[in-house]
Amino acid sequence: MSRPSTVSIVIQRILGAIPSILGVIIVTFVLTRALPGDPAAYFAGPAATQEAIDQIRDSLGLNRSLPEQFFIYVGELLRGDLGNSLTTGQTVVSDLLTRLPASLELTLAGLIFSLALALPLGILAATRPGSWIDHSVRILATAGVSLPTFFTGLLLIYVFYFRLGLAPAPLGRLAILFSSPDQVTGLFLVDSLLAGDWETFRAALGQLILPAVTLGLFALAPLARVTRASMLSVLSSDFIRTAKASGLAPHTVLFGYAFRNALLPIVTTLGVVFSFLLGANVLVEKVFAWPGIGSYAVSALIASDYAAVQGFVLTMALLYVVLNLLIDLLYTVIDPRAGVES
Amino acid sequence: MTLIQPIKRPSSLAQARYIVSENRVTFGSFLLFFALVLLAIFGQAIAPYDPMASNAAVALSPPSLAHWFGTDDLGRDVLSRVLVATRLDLGIAVIAVVLSFGLGSILGTCAGYFGGWCDRIISRIIDTLMAFPLFILAMGLVAALGNTVENIIYATAVINLPLYTRVVRAEILVRRDAGYVEAARLAGNGHLRIMAAHLFPNVLPVMMVHISLNMGWAILNAAGLSFIGLGVRPPTPEWGIMVAEGATYIISGEWWLAIFPGAVLMLAVFCFNLLGDGLRDLVDPRMRT
Amino acid sequence: MISSPTTATSVQTSLLSVRGLSVEFRTRTGIVQALENISFHINKGETLGIVGESGSGKSVLALAILGILDQAGYVTGGEILWSQDTATCDLLKLPEKRLRQLRGQELSMIFQNPRVALNSIRKVGKQLVDVLRCHSNLPRSRLKARALELLASVRIPDPQQRYDAYPYELSGGLCQRIMIALGLACSPQLLIADEPTTGLDVTTQATVMNLLKELATEQQMATVVITHDLALASEYCDRIIVMHAGHVVESAPTHLLFSQPRHPYTAKLIAATPEPHKGFEDLVPILGSLPDLRREDLPPCRFVGRCDRADETCQQEELVYRQVGGEHWVGCWYPLEE
Repeated sequence: MSRPSTVSIVIQRILGAIPSILGVIIVTFVLTRALPGDPAAYFAGPAATQEAIDQIRDSLGLNRSLPEQFFIYVGELLRGDLGNSLTTGQTVVSDLLTRLPASLELTLAGLIFSLALALPLGILAATRPGSWIDHSVRILATAGVSLPTFFTGLLLIYVFYFRLGLAPAPLGRLAILFSSPDQVTGLFLVDSLLAGDWETFRAALGQLILPAVTLGLFALAPLARVTRASMLSVLSSDFIRTAKASGLAPHTVLFGYAFRNALLPIVTTLGVVFSFLLGANVLVEKVFAWPGIGSYAVSALIASDYAAVQGFVLTMALLYVVLNLLIDLLYTVIDPRAGVES
Repeated sequence: MTLIQPIKRPSSLAQARYIVSENRVTFGSFLLFFALVLLAIFGQAIAPYDPMASNAAVALSPPSLAHWFGTDDLGRDVLSRVLVATRLDLGIAVIAVVLSFGLGSILGTCAGYFGGWCDRIISRIIDTLMAFPLFILAMGLVAALGNTVENIIYATAVINLPLYTRVVRAEILVRRDAGYVEAARLAGNGHLRIMAAHLFPNVLPVMMVHISLNMGWAILNAAGLSFIGLGVRPPTPEWGIMVAEGATYIISGEWWLAIFPGAVLMLAVFCFNLLGDGLRDLVDPRMRT
Repeated sequence: MISSPTTATSVQTSLLSVRGLSVEFRTRTGIVQALENISFHINKGETLGIVGESGSGKSVLALAILGILDQAGYVTGGEILWSQDTATCDLLKLPEKRLRQLRGQELSMIFQNPRVALNSIRKVGKQLVDVLRCHSNLPRSRLKARALELLASVRIPDPQQRYDAYPYELSGGLCQRIMIALGLACSPQLLIADEPTTGLDVTTQATVMNLLKELATEQQMATVVITHDLALASEYCDRIIVMHAGHVVESAPTHLLFSQPRHPYTAKLIAATPEPHKGFEDLVPILGSLPDLRREDLPPCRFVGRCDRADETCQQEELVYRQVGGEHWVGCWYPLEE
């Protein structure tokens, strides 16, 4: 019986992501060009003269027909041209690229934190139904989705910075005394380790903890809930009974058999959680003055820096499409049946 | 021949009492929900101070008997502002949810009922919307349409649209070939009548659950957008914007400006989530996780 | 209530002896008395059939013997005596660690619906290796070879290729053979087969049962075949016990059971079983259904509601399990005449 090869599955999935990318480009095109009012005025900014507006209208080709405009737009995207930021004066692309590592580091840290808590909690709750852990996890799941991210962040700052003095001031990635490590990946934790710079590492970690925890708490609730539910469902299935009847050791049954099968819905939920995480990222960056693309977008919004905002939206959307693709591929790795055409 | 005694149905009051006793948590969240609605309607009337009245003398004073939630940087009473903000926050969320529920139901019913290219087109649109992280799409929409409260509502409605469309479509698909639909068709009912009078009413109980859960999320979204400075402008009292204004003061220890509005926000969202969970248990325990 | 048979002589030679086993399930809607005072034994190398309707407690019995009852299940009485190398122990009193050593190694079970009873995202070869690694002292290098041997022993064609297959890629019959290979991996003394042929087509059924029979003879293994298919039991089992609503109502060597059924339920079961010579009209359904085992007021004989021979005694007197022939036991106040 032949199974489709891994390569063909990967190609299939990548091709499947193309409609989404196309859709994202179309939507952002509509948002940036096909608006009520004069898009040129938006791009020129509130302080622009009539000449500047006309100039922009020309360079963006806003006088042409819509289909022509669309091709111009796509052409610009392929060249990596997202316009210029009014506030920084740089190209939007360079602004975003400079600030992207900060956001990535934050999101990754938050994700690791939430998975590190959610998975064990969910497993424990499922293996000890009715216990206090089980009840706590269920309450956590309901309460956790009610928490406004910005509120949690502020609360944590108040408790851990102001009251307990444990956390450093929430003023960005590194205190002023420190200079950023040599850029290899852009992730301060990784770069400082690579340079062997313990001081900077600890300082960066200290600044990272509170925002990462805030972000992670947001993802914790849905992940813990789905882990618990999935494990419960899997533990009562037939093949677990077979595994027990064969006398396999409890940890083999739990991790090798039960957890791997339970991973499938968890990975699916991860896709949904990412959507929320990317949005919550913006809020957390504002609260903690984190110099990522989220706070970039927020200041751009306030300043009506139009090109910057739309560049941000497009970037995040494309990032999300890529993330979903990765999750899809992860799914195929875990579940060999996923590659089979139904 | 013996006469069969008709089954004695319990009175509505007895039924209600039974349902309440079985689901205390849900009942509690219902009470909280009503309290919120009352606050939204009468908040202005029961607020002890004028939410806009500034009083520099008592600025930044901590919670006290005179000001239960303390005062903010302009000396305004935080409690009054929080109470009055209920109407705006709930209002934004309710209107947004009504809009997206309305449009989503129509789109979902058409997609599920007619199938074919109608379904394909609608599903494509929804999939495209879902390709965006939703909060960020809302940001982009508000930036494109303009920074006003109306646009916050529209943006929130748009990002909630996929949920309703998909759920209604799924529910309609399940019921489309049911016996009673066949019967209605054979009786000569037109498509519109079947969709509106026969199919959709059966979907309503499930939708109640989703609406309740979604309300919580809509409130969080709207508050999030105003936290980053979109939509509502000062000095309008609104939970999100109050937390944003209070954020700068928390570092210096004046916690009450941000914590109280944030806590009430959380409570409102929590209420709707509990309500949704409780309704789900009532409507279809199989949906429970 | 039904009191246990005294089979003093058989205890010494029997491999597994269940005495007075009672199991209940504590559920939200009440306590289900799934098994009451079950007693039977099985000897080395013999094939015992356990027959009965769905819900009679056959599977629960098997799970209780292996000690893998659901969390809601509680053993409320009895003993399960396991004899090995002249030593006897009560499985119910063994610590979990010791039980786990026995499971799969000496005492094994295979299940119905093999496609879902196997781990669907793990290659079948790996699943075999898991069991081997757990119970045997084979070095890692030898594990795969041994697994391939096992696949060959259950007559699976092209074991090399099948080793890397996933359950969803294999037919029901092949999966059942993998299941058997899994059960027999460590050459157990006793194999319990829970509905091994349900869901398989008739020819595959015969192949699977013949395979089981062959392997049992080769390895001198005792087999318990749990089935609702009386015809299957009659063909492959040496002795049969009949269960109804959590009770053992009759136990006898196969030929005796079918030629001289003594319990009304057994007779009705036989009458309801299709056979080539019977026309459709000849099949007589058994009236009524299993009693609700959550009731507090269950009569001592649980067949009372469906029996046309029942009277006051059956409703009130504690049932006694009596010997009516050599190895023939019945739990009934009014057994059928010979």
